[in-house]
Amino acid sequence: MSQIIIWTIAIITVLGLLLALVLYLVAAKFRVEEDPRIDEVEKVMPGANCGGCGFAGCRAFAEAAVKAPNLDNNYCPVGGNDVMAKVAAILGYEVKAKDPAVAVVRCNGSCANRPVVNTYDGYPSCKVKAALYSGDTGCAFGCLGCGDCVAACQFGALSMDPETGLPVVDASKCTACGACAKACPKGIIEIRPQGPRGMRMYVSCVNKDKGPSVKKACAAACIGCGICAKTCRHEAIVLENNLAYIDSGKCKLCRECEAMCPTGAIHAVGFPKPLDKEAVKARVLERQKKEREAAAAAAAAEKEA
Amino acid sequence: MAKRTFSIGGIHPHDSKISRECAIRPLPLPPTVYLSVAQHIGAPAKPLVAPGDKVKVGQPVAEPGGFVSAFIHSSVSGTVKSVGPRKDLAGNNQMTIEIAVEGDEWAEGIDTTDTLVTAIPEDNKAILDKIRLGGVVGLGGATFPTHVKLSPPPGSKCECLIINGCECEPYLTSDFRTLLEKGEQVVIGAAIIRQVLGNVRCVFGIEENKPEAIAHIREVIAKLGCEGMEVMSLKKRYPQGGEKQLIDAVMHRQVGSGALPISVGAVVQNVATALAVYDAVQKNKPIVDNSITLTGECFPNQANVLVRVGTPLSFIIDQLGGMPEKAAKVISGGPMMGKAVANLDAATLKGTSSLLFLTAEQTARGEASNCIRCGRCADACPMGLEPFLLNRLAKAGDMEKLEENAVQDCIECGCCLYSCPANIPLLDVIRMAKADVMKIMRARAAAKK
Repeated sequence: MSQIIIWTIAIITVLGLLLALVLYLVAAKFRVEEDPRIDEVEKVMPGANCGGCGFAGCRAFAEAAVKAPNLDNNYCPVGGNDVMAKVAAILGYEVKAKDPAVAVVRCNGSCANRPVVNTYDGYPSCKVKAALYSGDTGCAFGCLGCGDCVAACQFGALSMDPETGLPVVDASKCTACGACAKACPKGIIEIRPQGPRGMRMYVSCVNKDKGPSVKKACAAACIGCGICAKTCRHEAIVLENNLAYIDSGKCKLCRECEAMCPTGAIHAVGFPKPLDKEAVKARVLERQKKEREAAAAAAAAEKEA
Repeated sequence: MAKRTFSIGGIHPHDSKISRECAIRPLPLPPTVYLSVAQHIGAPAKPLVAPGDKVKVGQPVAEPGGFVSAFIHSSVSGTVKSVGPRKDLAGNNQMTIEIAVEGDEWAEGIDTTDTLVTAIPEDNKAILDKIRLGGVVGLGGATFPTHVKLSPPPGSKCECLIINGCECEPYLTSDFRTLLEKGEQVVIGAAIIRQVLGNVRCVFGIEENKPEAIAHIREVIAKLGCEGMEVMSLKKRYPQGGEKQLIDAVMHRQVGSGALPISVGAVVQNVATALAVYDAVQKNKPIVDNSITLTGECFPNQANVLVRVGTPLSFIIDQLGGMPEKAAKVISGGPMMGKAVANLDAATLKGTSSLLFLTAEQTARGEASNCIRCGRCADACPMGLEPFLLNRLAKAGDMEKLEENAVQDCIECGCCLYSCPANIPLLDVIRMAKADVMKIMRARAAAKK
C-alpha cells in the first residue's frame, strides 16, 4: 500500500518538474519584449477602465501613451493632473495641466417647465426613444428622461431627480470621463471646466428653434433673445442658431447674464450666496442707460464737429 | 396546386380590412400645404423656390440633392410662404416648404383628364427621365427613388418584375382600392416598368384575401392584351409585402444577406408606384397626391381618400369628422410597421399610406417578463434571425456578435414582438442595435475606400 503512495508522489513530482522545465523553456524562447514603462504607467492609472480617455481601458491608454511622442493627445480625465504628472514623470514627457472638468446637464425641461404632449410606452431607453421621435414634449432637443446617462456612469455620479425628471450630476463623484455625454442621444450633457472653487455658469438649454416655438415648448428654455450676449462685458457669450453659449474660458463669473435672462435658462453653480437678481438687474440697466446716453452724446458731438 | 408564400417565418395577424368597401374619394384642398424636402430615402432635396414665389400644381419646388434623391413638386397652386424648419410627424425639425393655396391651377403640359393612354413610348431613356422628373419614389414604404431602382448596376440582369399588391399589413386598403379602381392605369404602369427592364416576366403578387382585385387585374390584363404578365394569388401571411419575402414567395429564390433583389434577378415595385409611373410617363403628372386609408375600429368615418402631398394630418382628420374620443394613438402606416404620430400638425409625405386610430386597449403593452426560451420569435422571424439572441447581445452591447448574427438583415417587421409571450420589447432593442451595427459597417466601408 505505502509502495503505491510513494510511487505516485514520485511520479507526479518528476512530471511536474519536467513540465515546469518545458514551460520555462517555451516562455524564454517566445518571450514578448514589452516596454517595462507600460506596466509602470498602468500602475499609476486609476484603473477604472472607463474609456474616458478614448482608449479601451487603462492598459490600452498606457500602451498608447508610451508609444506617442508626447502627451498632448493623451489625457486621463479621471486621474486628472495628479495622475498625468506621474505618467509624465515615468515617460519623461511634459504635460500641460488641464482645468478639472465636470459633466453639466444642459436642459431645464422639468415636468413643471415642459408640458407633456405625448406619452411613450416603448422600451425605456433614450436611444430607442430618440430613434422613434422627438420626445414627450414640444421640445425636440431636450432631455428624454429615460436615464441612459445614469446607466452609462460607472462612478455613480448621476441620478434621475424624480421631481424634475432630469438627471442630476454629483460633482464630487463625477470624474468627467464623458461616458454620459456619449450616451446621451440628444447631446445635452457637456463636459465643462469646474471653474475656480467650483463656481461655473452655463446656459442650461440646447434648443436651437426660434423663440416663439421654444417658448411654447418650455418655460425655462433659451429663446435666443440675445440679452445675455448684450449684457456680457467680457464677450464670453456667443449667440448661434438661436442659442446662447457661455465660453467658460472668458466668463468672469459676474452673474449679470443670469440676472438678465428673461427665462432663467442661465444657471450658476457653486456660488456661496444666492444672486440678488433685482439689484443686479437694476445695476445693469442703469449702466446700459448711461452707455446709451454717452453714445448719443458722442454722436451729437460728432455731428456738431 | 398549393398557393405560394415565403418559406420561413411569418405570422397571421387578423387582417381587419374594415375600410375595404370605401372607395377612394378626393378631399378638398387644405388652406396651406407643407412639403418636406426629405420625402424619400437618400439625400434631402434642395429647395428651388423662395418665399413670395408663385407656384402651380406639378411645378418642381425642390431638386434632387444627390444621386439617390428625388424631385419634389408643388401639390397645390399658390404662393410660397416660407422655406424653413418645421416639425415633422416625429416632432423633429425638417426643412419644409410652406405654400398657401390659391385656386387650383396646374402647370402646363400635365394631362389632368381621365382618358386612358395605352400607347407606351418606345424610348426607355426618355421613360426613365420622365420617372425621375416626376419625382417618383417607391410608395410601398421605403420611398426609394424609382429611377435609381430601375437602373440596375452594370453586370446584373433583371429576370422578373414583381408588382407588390400584397398589402399584408392589417387595416390598410389603399392599394386594394387602387387595384380595383385604377387597375388599367396600374397595369399600364407595370407594362412601362417591364419594358424599361427589358420586357421581362411580370408578376402581380396579390394575397388571397383580395379576390376581387385578383379577378379584376386578370380581366384588365386580358382586356389590354398585355404580354408576359400574370397575377399570382398568394397565401395570406405577414410580412409577404416585404421585398425579400415577396421574391421568395413568387420566384422561390432567396436574396442573400446584404444583397439587393437584383442579385437574384428580381425588381419589386408597389402598386401605387406603378400608378405613379403611369401618371409620370403617360400623363406628365408628377406625384402631387396619394391615396391614404383612414381606419381603426374607433374611427367612425372609415375612408380611403385622395389627398395632396403635404396636407396637414389635422386637416384630413377634421374633414372626416374629427378626432375620435377613444383614440389613444394615431399611427402613420400599418399597425405592424407604422410609426405613432407625435405631431398631428405635421403634413403627409409621398409615402404616407394610412392613418390608423387605435384605442388605449388596442395599443396597451403587457408588462415584460423574462425570456423563457420558447423560440417563438425565431420561428416567426421571416429573415431567419434569432431575435431572443439579438436582444441579449444588444443589451450586452456586443457589436461583433450582433453582426455575426446578421442583425443588419432585420427588416423591422415586428413579427418577433408580436409573437413573444413574455411581451419583451424585442424590436425596440434590435432596431437600436441594428442602427449601431449599420453605422459601424458604413464607417468600415468608408475607411476601406
